[in-house]
Amino acid sequence: MRTTHTLSVLVENRPGVLARVSGLFSRRGFNIESLAVGPTENADVSRMTIVVAVDDLPLEQVTKQLNKLVNVLKIVEMDTSVSVQRELLLVKVRADLAVRSQVLETVALFRAKVVDVAPDAVTIEATGTRDKLDALIRMLEPFGIRELVQSGMVALGRGSRSITDRSLRAVERSA
Amino acid sequence: MTREITGAQSLVHSLEAVGAEVVFGIPGGAILPAYDPLFDSTRVRHILVRHEQGAGHAAEGYAQATGRVGVCMATSGPGATNLVTPIADAYMDSVPMVAITGQVASASIGTDAFQEADICGITLPITKHNFLVQSADDIPRTIAEAFHLAGTGRPGPVLVDLPKDILQSLTRVLPHEVWPPTLDLPGYRPVTRPHAKQVREAAKMISGSRRPVFYVGGGVLKARAAAQLRTLAEMTGIPVVTTLMARGAFPDSHPQHLGMPGMHGSVAAVTALQKADLLITLGARFDDRVTGKLSSFAPKAAVIHADIDPAEIGKNRIADVPIVGDCREVINDLIAALVTEPRPDLEAWWRALDGWRRTYPLGYDTPPDGSLAPQHVIERLGRICGPETIFSAGVGQHQMWAAQFITYEHPYTWLNSGGAGTMGYAVPAAMGAKVGRPEATVWAIDGDGCFQMTNQELATCALEGIPIKVAIINNGSLGMVRQWQTLFYDQRYSNTELGTHPDSPRSGVKRVPDFVRLAEALGCVGLRCESAGEVDETIEKAMAIDDAPVVVDFVVHPDAMVWPMVAAGSSNDEIRVARDLAPDFDYSGDTEVNL
Repeated sequence: MRTTHTLSVLVENRPGVLARVSGLFSRRGFNIESLAVGPTENADVSRMTIVVAVDDLPLEQVTKQLNKLVNVLKIVEMDTSVSVQRELLLVKVRADLAVRSQVLETVALFRAKVVDVAPDAVTIEATGTRDKLDALIRMLEPFGIRELVQSGMVALGRGSRSITDRSLRAVERSA
Repeated sequence: MTREITGAQSLVHSLEAVGAEVVFGIPGGAILPAYDPLFDSTRVRHILVRHEQGAGHAAEGYAQATGRVGVCMATSGPGATNLVTPIADAYMDSVPMVAITGQVASASIGTDAFQEADICGITLPITKHNFLVQSADDIPRTIAEAFHLAGTGRPGPVLVDLPKDILQSLTRVLPHEVWPPTLDLPGYRPVTRPHAKQVREAAKMISGSRRPVFYVGGGVLKARAAAQLRTLAEMTGIPVVTTLMARGAFPDSHPQHLGMPGMHGSVAAVTALQKADLLITLGARFDDRVTGKLSSFAPKAAVIHADIDPAEIGKNRIADVPIVGDCREVINDLIAALVTEPRPDLEAWWRALDGWRRTYPLGYDTPPDGSLAPQHVIERLGRICGPETIFSAGVGQHQMWAAQFITYEHPYTWLNSGGAGTMGYAVPAAMGAKVGRPEATVWAIDGDGCFQMTNQELATCALEGIPIKVAIINNGSLGMVRQWQTLFYDQRYSNTELGTHPDSPRSGVKRVPDFVRLAEALGCVGLRCESAGEVDETIEKAMAIDDAPVVVDFVVHPDAMVWPMVAAGSSNDEIRVARDLAPDFDYSGDTEVNL
């Protein structure tokens, strides 16, 4: 069955690692739906959050092939039920005096916030799951979306455990 | 005062420290600093090749014949891109190789400088890993890491790209003081020890099977596990098939050996896999050339799949018992686990196997016009030169015949380009093998097409004292492609005629090039053989020459085809032993066997 999976991938923070990972996806025929990369609590390690839509069996191939990359330290699949998954949305909406209050009402409804105001537009910042952001976009569309940018998804497991514990120690040991 | 050396000196000293005894390469602008200290090295022999592709394949041949990491070197830009084919070849066949390339100076990277190519980017998908060195201080560690990555786990090519300014800069990190450097590879942890529970499970399945087959791939050779495999096979009595990459891993003369499976495999080997109830897959990867149409491959078989690369397990065929580990350790553990298990009852299975083997032995037709059968040439080469000889092959018909008609008794006596199918592999690989194993006789069995891709390395062989022997199986065409045109394209021979044959159908074209004269021009002895009666004598003549490379132009019948054959994309059940001739699988010898 074709489903969406979220992978958290810990990689060594070195030049070219993103190209290695993204190149692997394309050459093995896997499609990346979203990708977010950023630093972690350890300066030597970056964390990628990759959303892929694949069958269950190819997913195993994805993780096995990723694991073969020398710069990849650890891969954990983030199950939606036991992880927090968020995306960031910035959207510039046409909002002159006539409709601005309606726009702001929608913003409040989604617990988003306005981060910039111009005489005829507002820029809104929102975070949430993809569903929530899609819903917000649908509600804002009638006002006229001038520009929109969305981050890749980031995800963190719920509870006190950290996926970084063991592999980070490994990095420190060999450093 | 602390001594300082250049990055180039560090590179050469690191190569010495890591034990690289030979480097195949060609200098050029960006790598030039490295060639200066290399000139003084008494421990690293540099062999100046004529084309970087030759350097790469020579490093592969060296690695495959010796088990050590092969090293090739090239300059930036076109020098490096000429290494791409052998690197891809080494990646497909898991050959341990380190490629060292010069790069334009750090400040020029990304500016389209003269002879600049992003070789790390280019080789990203065809290397196990690659490095762009950013400080001369890092050279010893990077070289140590490159050799470690290339030679351990699932072996493969590793590229080290060295900008010219890094080679010229000074460093206080002296290889001999820091050796062995601490490796910084936190993400590289190959699993070599198999899981005991999986091994026990596999042993139970083997013991309970009725129609098992050892499906042996190149991983057994990489793990240097031929002796262990033989013990395991003999204690269980289970038949063995060896893939193209595993020829020599199990003696061909052994009564349990059914031959090679796959597109041009023996009927017994192909059929054994198709009818098996258990495949014990050791270091093989269910390549399409072995499985044919995957969905109909070995349909009744449960699968034990042992491989050092977890990504191979379940990639093409789901494994019932996956075992991640080095094949030697897996086989040793299986032997230990099987001691307490009853031996499987294989009497009926062997009756069927022997029936197929007896009814469909490998064979060929002798051309009625008295011209030379290519299979006969290759068979005689194997027979006369003996099982200690190392054979390397190019790609195509001659490669398949060399895999079929030579009896391989020892590991590492068969070198070829299996996964990538790189024409032109044979001559430089033979050169590399001969450098690594100078005491061995090394024959390149090449086609007239392949030979024209890389024969320039014969000049290297002649000048460097590397007396390899080359048998050109000259049928005047790109034979395997022509075979497909015969079978699948209505005998429309589009662009496969080469004109190297004396009976070339092209009017006025005859022996272009003349391989005997070409050989002589390259500093080799050139011989020619055109009839069956001359074969033995010519081979013996070539064998008697040990102070120069020898090239023999075996002019063979142009229409010979490779059989058996499973057409690409077809089920292995559709195997043909000759054109339009399918084996009768219900026939199983003189005894009724219900499979």
